[in-house]
Amino acid sequence: MDFLRATTWAEALRMKADRPDATPVQGGTDVMVEINLDKGRPKALLDLTPVAELTEWSVESGNIRIGAGVTYTRIIAELADRLPGLAQASRTVGSPQIRNRGTVAGNLGAASPAGDSHPPLLASGAIVEAESVDGTRMIPVGDFYTGVKRHALASHELIRAIHVPVKRGPQYFSKIGTRNAMVIAVCSFGIALNAEDRTVGTGIGSAAPTPRRAVEAEAFLAGNWPAGDLDPAVAKRFGELVAAAAAPIDDVRGSSGYRVHALAVMARRTLGWAWQELRNGGRS
Amino acid sequence: MRVNVTVNGAPMTADDVWPGESLLYVLRERLGLPGAKNACEQGECGSCTVYLDGLPVCACLVAAGQAEGREVLTVEGLASGEELDPVQEAFVECGAVQCGFCTPGLIVQAHSLIAGHDGVPADAEIREHLAGNLCRCTGYEKILDAVRLAARRKAGS
Repeated sequence: MDFLRATTWAEALRMKADRPDATPVQGGTDVMVEINLDKGRPKALLDLTPVAELTEWSVESGNIRIGAGVTYTRIIAELADRLPGLAQASRTVGSPQIRNRGTVAGNLGAASPAGDSHPPLLASGAIVEAESVDGTRMIPVGDFYTGVKRHALASHELIRAIHVPVKRGPQYFSKIGTRNAMVIAVCSFGIALNAEDRTVGTGIGSAAPTPRRAVEAEAFLAGNWPAGDLDPAVAKRFGELVAAAAAPIDDVRGSSGYRVHALAVMARRTLGWAWQELRNGGRS
Repeated sequence: MRVNVTVNGAPMTADDVWPGESLLYVLRERLGLPGAKNACEQGECGSCTVYLDGLPVCACLVAAGQAEGREVLTVEGLASGEELDPVQEAFVECGAVQCGFCTPGLIVQAHSLIAGHDGVPADAEIREHLAGNLCRCTGYEKILDAVRLAARRKAGS
């Protein structure tokens, strides 16, 4: 195994072009587990932590451009007001030690269907900025996940940043696990209401081969836009449509039937919180 | 490969490091610092918690090469000579140590909570901060006592 240490972004891109078999590593919270437990042995590690420009975030035309080295701890501390869905999901990642190292870009690179950041990224319509020596590609996050732990990056590409739209309405995230910390989601759900153009975003985690949206549920709710009290029939139907969009398996963390049931509950629950926030004029 | 890292204030060098090796292995097996403990090797237990550039992390998930040029503070670096750090002192006084295996990680993680806090953290905050450190002996109550005691002493001083 080789250890490649990029000190600038340009150098990282050149190294990845020369060594497409290198596994990029930021916080190591996925990559090092694989190595420690001998589940996988990359030909090379490409350390991106010295690349200073990756640790910045900025505001760009209504989006937050989150550099690939920005940790969950910093998203919680610095972006919770503008990206509440992603911040809520970030709070459920691992433990403080894990959040001090782990990154959203790493979550995308691992592309586990259970990754905590995927539902809010899907719900808010995030875009992955991928770069290589050949140039930059902007990949809508819904097109990024291509299979279990598989993604749309070419072997010489790296994730430069994730562009996440600033909230335009209530955003909520919910996750089922055996306890409140250190759990991989049994299943998870994110909702983002866009109060400006009255559209709805959703994201389902850990209940299909890839994270995915519940497109019919989104259209249904947009057609029954929150006004007055939340009609229990609307909430129920929304939950059913979210559950119907999932395709879960039975595994050690939960059964398929449990996941479908739990998704419907989480969808109704997060919708209730979002509806309440809309009625309160944006205050949760 | 060679890794240069400052540990507990002293520049150190480890040679013949395997590129997939963890910072934890380098600390324990190459630099003679066995304080951080090796248990789950997947970031679940917190026994290997050390400071890396001022932030507590699981040393088992840091590739050794990622520590190049960085500053590491381990549990061995908290005491001043024979004088224990107030968090260590509180763990002793409260009986927060049974088998002791999780203790170094918990001490470092508790130290980071108290260092960043002016008053006494609420119980929910202590539990959240220590959520990534597993202890199979104490049932955690004595550990919470120790954290509160250390925080009270710091706030009162």
